[in-house]
Amino acid sequence: MVNYPRWAIVTTVVIALLGLIYAAPNFFPLADEAVETSGLLPSKRMNLGLDLQGGSSLLLSVGVDTAIRETLESVESTVRRELRQRGARVGYSGLRVEGKAVAFTLRNATDSDTARDRLRNIEDGFDLDIADDVNFRLSMSEDAERARRQSAVEQSIEIVRRRVDETGVAEPVIQQQGDSRILVQLPGIKDPERIKRLLGQTAKLNFHMLDETVSIQEAESGTLPAGSMLLYGPEEEGRIPYVVRRTVEVGGDRLVDAQPTFQDGQPIVSFRFDAAGGRRFGELTSQNVGRRLAIVLDREVVSAPRIQTAINGGSGIITGRFTPQEVTELSILLRAGALPAPLTVLEERTVGPGLGADSIEAGKIASIIGLAAVVVFIVISYGLFGLMAAIALLFNLSLIVALLSVLQATLTLPGIAGIVLTIGMAVDANVLILERIKEETRNGRTPISAVDAGYRRALTTIIDSNLTTLIAAILLFQFGTGPIKGFAVTLSIGIITSMFTALMLTRLFVVVWLRRRRPQTLPI
Amino acid sequence: MRLSIVPANTNFDFVGRRRLAYPLSALLIILSIGAFFTQGLNFGIDFRGGILIEIKTEGPANVAELRSTVGGLGLGEVQVQEFGAPDDVLIRIQQQDGAESEQLQAINILKDALGDQVAEYRRTEFVGPTVGAELISSAIWAVVLAIGAILIYIWFRFEWQFGVGAVIALTHDVVTTIGLFAFTQLEFNLATVAAILTIAGYSINDTVVIYDRVREELRRYKKLDMPALLNLAANRTLSRTFMTSVTTLIALIALAVFGGTIIRDFALAMIWGVIIGTYSSVFVAVPVLLALNLSRQSLSAGLDESEQVEAPEDDVPDTPSDK
Repeated sequence: MVNYPRWAIVTTVVIALLGLIYAAPNFFPLADEAVETSGLLPSKRMNLGLDLQGGSSLLLSVGVDTAIRETLESVESTVRRELRQRGARVGYSGLRVEGKAVAFTLRNATDSDTARDRLRNIEDGFDLDIADDVNFRLSMSEDAERARRQSAVEQSIEIVRRRVDETGVAEPVIQQQGDSRILVQLPGIKDPERIKRLLGQTAKLNFHMLDETVSIQEAESGTLPAGSMLLYGPEEEGRIPYVVRRTVEVGGDRLVDAQPTFQDGQPIVSFRFDAAGGRRFGELTSQNVGRRLAIVLDREVVSAPRIQTAINGGSGIITGRFTPQEVTELSILLRAGALPAPLTVLEERTVGPGLGADSIEAGKIASIIGLAAVVVFIVISYGLFGLMAAIALLFNLSLIVALLSVLQATLTLPGIAGIVLTIGMAVDANVLILERIKEETRNGRTPISAVDAGYRRALTTIIDSNLTTLIAAILLFQFGTGPIKGFAVTLSIGIITSMFTALMLTRLFVVVWLRRRRPQTLPI
Repeated sequence: MRLSIVPANTNFDFVGRRRLAYPLSALLIILSIGAFFTQGLNFGIDFRGGILIEIKTEGPANVAELRSTVGGLGLGEVQVQEFGAPDDVLIRIQQQDGAESEQLQAINILKDALGDQVAEYRRTEFVGPTVGAELISSAIWAVVLAIGAILIYIWFRFEWQFGVGAVIALTHDVVTTIGLFAFTQLEFNLATVAAILTIAGYSINDTVVIYDRVREELRRYKKLDMPALLNLAANRTLSRTFMTSVTTLIALIALAVFGGTIIRDFALAMIWGVIIGTYSSVFVAVPVLLALNLSRQSLSAGLDESEQVEAPEDDVPDTPSDK
């Protein structure tokens, strides 16, 4: 152990120096801009967690079941349209969504082939079962269901990103977590209420026709024509009921722009369709002059204007009893597009900038005082060797900071606790070695032989004890969440760097000292 | 003059003190289990779900007034307490009936009611019912798997007696730490779980160092009787055991005093864990090997020849009296 080959010396020194270089940007943040951007020196700093820099973290759940149900409902309406084709109507009854399938019964078994033919174009991923020639059942396959769930989550992430971008938050993190969750991290946000409100709405805008063949009273008492539904107006306006045709005439996905504006002093939203949407809207309005259109947002009838004249310009307005703020938000939502499924906030953690700064400050003070006290203590206890261990401890800290910066791991408040704890425990390996050297010296060994035996005998113990702690830390990282994870990261890194500093760096100091001085006794 | 906490040739009879240590540990464990079942743990919102808001007020806060304001909102059980400074207040609200949206509603109601009494919202945490349940299960998994993996490692590296001995010491430390939380009603949250796991890691670490030495001395001294040998190993590592505990405690005390209010409970739990972990390593883990019938035969398979030759047979220490 006293033999220290040249390559090992070089490696140790290089690692220690790299640690200093890569840790440096964290301590000298205002280094020369030119140097920083030249790429010659590392410029990455530790990522501060939201608990330190302030900001808001939201865990959202994507209502994938709703997305599945909507897919089934859209298949249901496709089936209805196919079977009711003009001039070749196929008689059926009991069209419904049943579990993960759409089912109906034909009136005449002779229509079986025709119906099967028409349903051929239904989306992929549906399996058709026909019993007794009349009982049709289109079931969603498991693969299709899984794909739909995943695409719902991916689309949601995209829409969430657009909506967040509209609010101007810098460097948001938006990522999928688990099967159907989205983690949204918004650095620097003091009050996430507005963003929560923006994310809490599906913002599915659709244009339907009102069904004016039945009265509201009839509809409410249950005689609703097939293909129509009962929807309500906004809460603030007393939830006025409307009978609305199920068929979506023009969908919100056809919108290319939406802006808040005013009309007669009232805040309104003006919107513009893409070419296809504009054409469709023109046809619809010219065919239905005098009838009422329903503008439906998230299954709520925002307004139901009577069509005065054909609207061919491809743009229109949405009026309603809006506040200016609501109009602004609605415009953002319409521009960003609809969520494929509703989002629910499962967890929120918001830290104000003041608390974050206080935590950093407290963490710094605790680290410095802890470090200073430990250094004083080991120097008093072990003299020169203690000093070497203390210097190694400083290198150890710089290595931790360097690794956190290079790996771009996030430093959290529990992470700082992990570092402070590492300071205390990092000394352990040194203590093990030094105590062993002390012991061997007492047993009458010469300095070189004592140092050699000390390192050799402490080695297995150091490996055993550190590996057990490392195992615990890795499992914490794997299975822990939030604060546990942040703590596990710095603890694991700390264990690895402290093994390096004790077994390589301190040993280098000791060996060099032994070779230079050739002492007769050890100052231990 | 060099500081030396533990004198060079300590000769403390750890094994003999088991007659004191066992009843003491048994008492601690019984008290812990008792406190756990009678008092229960003061679960934080991480596990129970609910809302936590930390505010800073202009000037010293009128906690009583805030309490009546918040209490009158009909949000169920509410806790209002000063947190670290006179102008810093922590408000906790129990989980609301209903789904996540009801919880978010409650945050809005609360923020509206507090209005301009608040100079700054320092922290807002909300954990919904779904996540709370998951956090519990993931925390339990993390603990069980970490302890299990540590055990397998020790089993693999040592003999089974050491594995079992380490589990006993570890369980002792974890149970009494949970007992401490039940007894003091300090908040038990995710950070506490991290603390308990670190205590487990520390305790095992401490035990492994001594066990390593026991194994070594077993190979070296063929004739020494078991209690004397265990004492020898514990005494020879005692200085290290103390030094490491002291340096770790120094760092933890710095954390508890200067690290800020949020980290304080974590540091306190760790301080307790280091003390109890150190105690259990020497007073529980070592003597328990005797009860598990650790013998040289069980080790002979792993005997390392080179170690044997080197061992000076003449430095057999004074046998600590156990008789």
